Amino acid sequence: MPRIFVYIVHKAGVADDSAAEMIAAARKIDVGQAPVAVAAGWGADFDAVCESLRGSFAEVWKIGNEALGYPNAELVRPALVKVLPAGSILLMPHSHFGTDLAPGLSIKMNAAYAPDVMDIEVLDKTTLKLVRQEFGGQVSAHVRCDISTGAVLTIRPGAFKPVESAPANGTVIDQSAQVGVLTARRRYIETIAAETGDVDITKFPVLVSIGRGIEEQDNVSIAEDLADALGGAVSCSRPVVDAHWMEKSRQVGSSGKTVKPKVYMACGISGSFQHLAGIKGSPFIVAINKNPKAPIFRVADVGITADILEFLPELTAKIRESAKGRVSRAAIQARTSADESDAGRPVLRELVKR
Amino acid sequence: MEILVCVRRVPDTSENEIELNGSGDIERDDLVYSVNEPDNYAVEEALRIVEKSGGTVTVVTVGGDDDEEVLRREMAMGAKNGALLSDDAFNGSDGRGIAEILAGFVKKGHYELILTGVQADDGAAQVGGMLAALLDYPFASLVNSIEVEHGKLKIGREIEGGNKEMNEIDLPCVLSIQTGINEPRYVGMRGIRQVASLPVPTFGAPDLGVDGRAGSAGAKVRRMDYFTPPEGKGAEMLEGSTDDIVGRLIELLRAKGGVN
Repeated sequence: MPRIFVYIVHKAGVADDSAAEMIAAARKIDVGQAPVAVAAGWGADFDAVCESLRGSFAEVWKIGNEALGYPNAELVRPALVKVLPAGSILLMPHSHFGTDLAPGLSIKMNAAYAPDVMDIEVLDKTTLKLVRQEFGGQVSAHVRCDISTGAVLTIRPGAFKPVESAPANGTVIDQSAQVGVLTARRRYIETIAAETGDVDITKFPVLVSIGRGIEEQDNVSIAEDLADALGGAVSCSRPVVDAHWMEKSRQVGSSGKTVKPKVYMACGISGSFQHLAGIKGSPFIVAINKNPKAPIFRVADVGITADILEFLPELTAKIRESAKGRVSRAAIQARTSADESDAGRPVLRELVKR
Repeated sequence: MEILVCVRRVPDTSENEIELNGSGDIERDDLVYSVNEPDNYAVEEALRIVEKSGGTVTVVTVGGDDDEEVLRREMAMGAKNGALLSDDAFNGSDGRGIAEILAGFVKKGHYELILTGVQADDGAAQVGGMLAALLDYPFASLVNSIEVEHGKLKIGREIEGGNKEMNEIDLPCVLSIQTGINEPRYVGMRGIRQVASLPVPTFGAPDLGVDGRAGSAGAKVRRMDYFTPPEGKGAEMLEGSTDDIVGRLIELLRAKGGVN
């Protein structure tokens, strides 16, 4: 097998967790080989990253260059082309940086490119059989990949179970001298932080999250009614923001907010991996979708095949009805308790809040 | 500015459920095809740039006769020219092969800006970056804003958490356009009829000088089959009358703290 490299994404002096997943993917290609970490950057933070990588990699190839202080793919790419031996395999996460760097890198390395890889099997010395998804995760595909001149693979985040490798006490090998002067025709200026918006969806225990299935802006109120009844907020997936039906600050996903509710109601959301990446803390996921094959049903706890435009109003009405029943029962109880003692006061206050 | 937008015709997943047939392929007979949705954002962005600072928009696709319809759709949006890159020799091309074919076409013109949609139905998001590398142009992916400056562009890229990475990029360049950058204009049947008789030239392998660099022979990456994704943990599906389902769901939500 050719030599396997893992590209290390890092920020503020800390290597991304994805490194352990890349090691797992590397083992699927060659279990007997210790993959090499390759990292690019500049400054004390970067030095700390390389030091920390010694804990999990036997070899850490360090590319230090003043121009690499910010990870600009247009600069990292030529640096990697100079440093990586011909015929190597490079693994990196399928992220915004991966899609920026990797396709062009494969061309410059004259290597095969396979994006968003979810599983790997070795067919023979020069051929991998990979698993990918197409059509937003509705179907999977086996892909044959000829690695005889090397390969660049971007790895689906979360697809490989991280390998907690034994302490490696590895060596840092400084490859910086090979790189020379880097000049890019694309220059990083600044990062503009996401707008906060009117509602902070990360603060709600219940999210009614809507996707393309909401069909038009006027229907958003259907979800708002349900969220009101549940004491939650409305969040959404990307197509709803693209259509300008909700603010970007309501979007859940890798390019939106990361949320940790107790209950996540995915309504008319197909469940792309970018969307699921924004749901953390194992909430109870309810999926409601017209398409019984929607990928969201594979990760949900409870699924309902239904048109959300019909189902959500029914659900809202029933919840309101049952809440009324409970309130009146509670009210009777409260009155009774209040007659007897002060113990009923908190219940009354609860009722007033309602 | 002369702008080229690379588009693709794909099964419309908002209209279809993708079904597998017995032989490891998707059932294509009843599929409704349309232009890859992200490509509409790329065409719209190109049109807006041209409306502001002059120039023309050309749309191009690699495919067969059926694919001409998506070129006409984008021409109805306002693209002035369309070009179909078609040759039996292109069959079986991988991402690099498609990029080689497009690069051959780019070299025949004088495009300062080349746009693609962020990704197509295969979710690969690869052709734009490969095309830039083949042409030795700078590249940026996931672009969600463009301002034209003298000889260069100021662009925003969508990065994690909804943050935006601002860059300056020299022309000529290749950008992959993220959805949501604009609101693509509506195209009616009337608009499509108006462009129905405009010529759409076809270019083959010899015209583009890509003999041997596209098609199955040169493809390092090839799909073997499609299969149904593993179930995962799989949801408990609630079935029965709407009343039953709603009742059961409320019980579950109450148990999980979703209903007071």
